Amino acid sequence: MRPLDYRAPADAAEAVAAVAERPDAAFLAGGTNLVDHLKLGVARPGLLVDVTSLVPVEITEQGGGLSIGAGVRNADLAADPRVRRRYPVLAQALLAGASGQLRNMATTGGNPLQRTRCAYFQDVSTPCNKREPGSGCSAIGGVTRQHAILGASDACIATHPSDMAVALAALDARVRVLGPGGDRTIPFVDLHRLPGDAPERDTVLEHGELITAIDLPALPMAARSAYRKVRDRASYAFALVSVAAAVDVAGGVVRDARIALGGVAHKPWRAHRAEDALRGATTTDDSYRAAAEAELADAVAQPGVDGGNAFKIPLLTRTLVATLRDLATEEA
Amino acid sequence: MDAEIELTVDGRRRRVSVDTRTTLLDALRQRLAVASPKKGCDHGQCGACTVLLDGRRVLSCLTLAVAQDGAEVTTADGLAAEGPHPVQRAFLDHDAFQCGFCTPGQVCSAVGALDEAARGWPSAVTTDVAAEPELDRAEIAERMSGNLCRCGAYARIVDAVQAAGRDGGAR
Repeated sequence: MRPLDYRAPADAAEAVAAVAERPDAAFLAGGTNLVDHLKLGVARPGLLVDVTSLVPVEITEQGGGLSIGAGVRNADLAADPRVRRRYPVLAQALLAGASGQLRNMATTGGNPLQRTRCAYFQDVSTPCNKREPGSGCSAIGGVTRQHAILGASDACIATHPSDMAVALAALDARVRVLGPGGDRTIPFVDLHRLPGDAPERDTVLEHGELITAIDLPALPMAARSAYRKVRDRASYAFALVSVAAAVDVAGGVVRDARIALGGVAHKPWRAHRAEDALRGATTTDDSYRAAAEAELADAVAQPGVDGGNAFKIPLLTRTLVATLRDLATEEA
Repeated sequence: MDAEIELTVDGRRRRVSVDTRTTLLDALRQRLAVASPKKGCDHGQCGACTVLLDGRRVLSCLTLAVAQDGAEVTTADGLAAEGPHPVQRAFLDHDAFQCGFCTPGQVCSAVGALDEAARGWPSAVTTDVAAEPELDRAEIAERMSGNLCRCGAYARIVDAVQAAGRDGGAR
């Protein structure tokens, strides 16, 4: 591990300035992914700027929705009665991720910025375009069980690992960011990028930009929402596929829906095509299956030495159908 | 770069100089000779390093010591300062370990998990996430999933945690 400077500035503006002025600086929050990357050699910062005590740690009411401070721990967010009642998909997604210990550490601002768990990305002895641009992709044609079926490129087929981010993508959340040039707000669905030919960039954030809060809009249909995750063991594993969904149903018809998919792309995948297919459709398995098929029309399975990941297409179809069926039949 | 930090470890105030790259786990074990938290995987996957940090269970292997200046750390050793903690007593009564290597982490995790449950926190297996959870076996297994046991004592760990929870072992 290379020598490391550490600073804990007095406020967020000072922290942003400290990171912005040094290309090898990084923000430190819960540290659950970054500290591991220091050990693995995946991340090699020369300066860590600790922001845990200078970003908001409260969840506040805002215009009928909630504003979640970037320092709110995942465990506290999942336990918040307002989140559990008004946005159960978010509480469920948080609880589906990591372990009790990690959820006590991980933060609202840090969770979406965790990096892929692609085994090749984490193994510094193998080529990886995300870790070392231009070095090649070891995952293509390798073990691809955990990899993408939507939006991948010739440079990278990694998936985004966060469960929380899938729920936030479905809920029309917005990200508040403080940077060297001031603050801005980014729709959560635009925070993460597809890999294209620059897979080293997970998000649209510029160096020195700090997430200060994530806002949830008022979304009454989110009271009827759920997160369903399919993984290789019952707990403490990353998603093979996952579905975050909220529905507004009445009289056997879907009036509106919000859907995002996890485990399938370089970013949490907002399923606009499925939502469009569902609006006005009957609350039947046929409608749900048609919505899944509309969304997955362009899905491309990855071949792999492990048999590849073609299984994800029917698995995700069934998972979406089951999630929507459960929600539509839930007592209002 | 070195930094001078102060930690309260199992009730004792300790000042220590650490390299900024030192994890809390290594600071405890290598700098302060507190050997109760164990280094299993050192990557946040096994839970053997679990301690209570300001009262909440965390992984000391994924925390930099320098970032915890002023914090209060309780290890499984500290839980037994006045005789075995109710959770430790339950592990003994229910034969909830074999080799014992994961046990200090299991015990700290169980104390944290019981406290979380007492505060009404849901888990991934709670049917209605908005309701108060009932601490049944499935709930305990889910809440303890961050602690691996190489000997496979899981069934009895669940017994012990359930018994400690019934007896108000969160304290």
